[in-house]
Parts: sequence; C-alpha cells; structure tokens
Amino acid sequence: MFRIITAVIGRDLRLAMRRQADIVSALFFFVIVVSLFPLGIGPEPDLLRKLAPGVLWVAALLATMLSLPRLFADDHRDGTLEQLALAPHPLGLVVTGKVIAHWLVSGLPLALVAPVLGIQFDLSADALLVLTGAILLGTPALSGIGAIGAALTLGLRGGGVLVSLLVLPLYIPVLIFGAGAVDATVTGLGGEGHLSLLAAITFASVGFAPWASAAALKIALE
Amino acid sequence: MKDRFNLYRFASPATFYPLAGKMIPWFVALAVVFGLAGLYLGMLVAPTDFQQGEGYRIIFIHVPASWMSMFIYLVMAFWAAIGLAFNTRLSGMMAQALAPTGALMAFLSLWTGALWGKPMWGTWWVWDARLTSELILLFLYIGYMALTAAIDDQRRADKAGGLLLLVGVVNIPIIYFSVKWWNTLHQGSSVNLTKSSMAETMLWGMLLMALCFWMYSIAVALMRARTIMLERERHTDWAKALLAGEGA
Amino acid sequence: MIYWNSLGDFLAMGGYGHYVWGSFGLTALIMAIEPVVVARHQRATILRLKRQMRAESRTESPTRSPAEQRNTAA
Repeated sequence: MFRIITAVIGRDLRLAMRRQADIVSALFFFVIVVSLFPLGIGPEPDLLRKLAPGVLWVAALLATMLSLPRLFADDHRDGTLEQLALAPHPLGLVVTGKVIAHWLVSGLPLALVAPVLGIQFDLSADALLVLTGAILLGTPALSGIGAIGAALTLGLRGGGVLVSLLVLPLYIPVLIFGAGAVDATVTGLGGEGHLSLLAAITFASVGFAPWASAAALKIALE
Repeated sequence: MKDRFNLYRFASPATFYPLAGKMIPWFVALAVVFGLAGLYLGMLVAPTDFQQGEGYRIIFIHVPASWMSMFIYLVMAFWAAIGLAFNTRLSGMMAQALAPTGALMAFLSLWTGALWGKPMWGTWWVWDARLTSELILLFLYIGYMALTAAIDDQRRADKAGGLLLLVGVVNIPIIYFSVKWWNTLHQGSSVNLTKSSMAETMLWGMLLMALCFWMYSIAVALMRARTIMLERERHTDWAKALLAGEGA
Repeated sequence: MIYWNSLGDFLAMGGYGHYVWGSFGLTALIMAIEPVVVARHQRATILRLKRQMRAESRTESPTRSPAEQRNTAA
C-alpha cells in the first residue's frame, strides 16, 4: 500500500522538478499578492498585524489553487490516468500519492516563505511560528479538497475558473481555523485549539478526499 | 390500475413526463391556496411584535425561503445519492431541475435577511453565522450549476454534479460550525436571532407560507424537469410520439 | 379579526414599509418571473425539438415504415 503511494509521490516529484517554473511562479504569485495588500491598505503596523493572518491565508488558498488544474490534466492527456484507473490497486491510493506530491510542491514552499512575508506585516516571533505551523498543517487539506475539484473538472473547457468556484467554498473551514490560529496568537489567546481543529480537518480531508477524487476521476474517464 | 405498483415504472421518464404534467397544476393550486391563507394570517390578522414592530413580518417570507434553500439542497443530495447508487436517469434530471430554484431561495433568504437586518440591527449585512452560511450555500448552488453546465455529456454531468452535491452535504455541517465558531470569536455581542414566544397566528402564518414555498418549489422543479427530460430523451419513442402529437 | 385600521396603516407597516414591501415585492416578482421563464424555455425547447425531428425525418428515407423507425429509435 505504501509502496504505491511512495512510487506515485516519487514519480510526480520527478515530473514537477522538470517543470520548476510552475512551482516558482505559484510561489511568486503568493509573495506578490501578499505584498500588494500593504500598498492598498496603508503601512500602519497595527492595522497590518490585524490583517496579516487573513491576507496570508487567502493568498495561500489562491496560490494552491493555481496548480490544481494541472494535478490530473497532464496524466489525462498522455493516457497515464486511464492506465492507473485500470490497474489492480485502488485508484484512491494513487490519488493519495498525487495529493501528497501536490502538497510537497505547492503547500510546503508557501509555509517556508510565509514567515518572511509575516515580517513585512510586523508579526511577532510567536505569531510567525504559529503561522508557519498553521500553513504546514492546513495546506494538505487544501491539496486534498482541491483534488476533488480538479477531478470533477477534468478535461472541461474553462476548468481553471470552475475549480475555484467549486473548491473555494469548501476551503472556508481551513481559512477560518488557519487564520484564527494566528489571530489568536496575536491577541494572546493562544492558537492551540485552532491548530488541533486544523489538524483534524487535514487528517479527515487527506483521508477521505482522495477516494472522492478517485470516484470523480472514474466518472470523468467513463 | 391493473399493474402492480412499481417504483421503476414511475422512475422512467416515459411515465414520469405525463404524470408530472398532471401534477403541476395541483401543486400550483396548493401553493396559491397556502400562500393566500398564509398572507392573510401573517399580513392582515397577526398582531404586531412588541419588540420588532411591523418589521417582523418580513420573517413570513425570510424563514420559508431559508428553510427551502436548505431543504432543496438536501433533496438534491438525496437524488444524487440515489443516482450514484442505482444509476437512475431521473435522479440527475431532478437534481438539475431543483438547483436554480434552490439558488433563488438562498438569494431571497439573503435579500430579505438584509432588509430585516437594516431596521433591526441598523446594518444591511452582519457576518452572523446564519447569514454567512446562507451565503456559502448560495456559492455551493452556483458551483453545482456551473459544473453541470460545463459538462456536455449528460450522464457525466449528472454523476459529477451528484458527487459534488454529496461532498457539499458532508461539508455543510463543518462549514456551519466553523463559521459559527468564527462568529462567536469575532463578535463581542453576537446578535440574537431567537424569536421570543411567537403568537399562535404568527406561527400558523409562517407554516402556511413555508408550505406555499414548498409547493411552489415542487411545481417549478417539475416544470423544469419536464423540459430537461424531453430534451434528453428526444431520440426515444415516447418523446417522438409526444412531439409529433402535440399539434404541429 | 383584521389587525389594521386603514389601508394607509397597512401600507406604512408602522414605519417599516420600505423594508417589508421591499422583501415581499422582490419575492413576489421572482416567484412570478421564474415560472414564466421556465414555461417559455419549455415552449422554445418543444418547438426546437419538433423542428429538429421534422428535419431528421425529411433526410431519412421515406420508404421506412413507422414501425421500423420505432424499432431503430429504441
């Protein structure tokens, strides 16, 4: 079981490494969107500190969504996906591997850059730590839920916009608890409660979403 | 009727199309009767609410619209589950026929909620847990309609839409509770929507209006389902016979 | 039985007239328009399907009996 998952992860990572430009552009999208907010709002540190969790999280949602249409599209185009669907091992495991690989190239880099961006928003060291932890914990859920949207819209025209329509409303709990954890740390309430709920959402969605995505892929491939 | 009661027979479009056609006028009549009775009780007979003044009468449409918006989503998810489990043609058509009405109900709920909130809370919109969840429900409806509209192959549209509905229905409680939690954290004095003991006429007025909205939704959804059905089944015998028969 | 004293009172809704009638007005409008739109769409669909059917039957060979057509359609 783990062999299948690791094999898929390895393969997807190798493919992603051949297209590093995609990873880098999603990352810069995140950086640029976050940096635009102070220019629109004004440089008052108090205001920025209050806005930082929300701004960083919304930008993270949008940045992970950028790469979602590519999640299955390439494998669909060259026929690999149909092979995988016909293979004896369950498609859900394959999708689990793809979700983890997607997180490694889209969610993980965001978590690494987020503290630097948090400094721009005058966040304290505690808040930066919680922000990084929250993004690390929450982004796997984004990849998981996003995979459902990507599978449902596989091969459709205008798939990219459609994915955001389907997936963004489902991202709301992650946004609430992710930004809430940072917010609670900033206001001195402590973000542990938020973080544990975020972890619960992540475990649930990484556990279940790949199977829903696999069902959606089978519908799309029929 | 001689033949045994057979669910599959009613689930076949050839039987369902004329049956729905016969049922629609009844549902329209029921909607009108319930609506007139509800409006009479709610708008003419019911006394004023001592806390909210006459503005409270908005709830006679706000509450039914909110109920229907949630109920229709559940019914769509129910059809989706049936469709995915038993592969019935009718279920996808019903879900697609219900979606626009559900979205309109969600919109009406938001609109009337805003018009109720302005005089009561002094603002058109508050990020109250219920209002926010209703807004998200509207987004879910829009997502479903966008997805089914984007897929040309009807069978795939039904199944993909059905899966999205099931994912949505699992997520709705999570979304609701997270929004509720977020709301209590961010709002010092949260607004309280709970209605103080309602007069009996008010309650009856609201129930009658809810029945009116329910019957209305069924009637419109059946009308829409008939159109979808005819369009999709245009190459079958019954549809051809019907098109040929219905005056040139 | 009726709560209101005059039509003016009823329309004023104790000062909430705009809000109450704004809500009821839009709801009534939507509930009036939606069925009309659906019915028009249905009529248009029926007309279009009929045109399509006539066009298809014209292109088909006229020698086939109706029974045969029914068999192939199923």
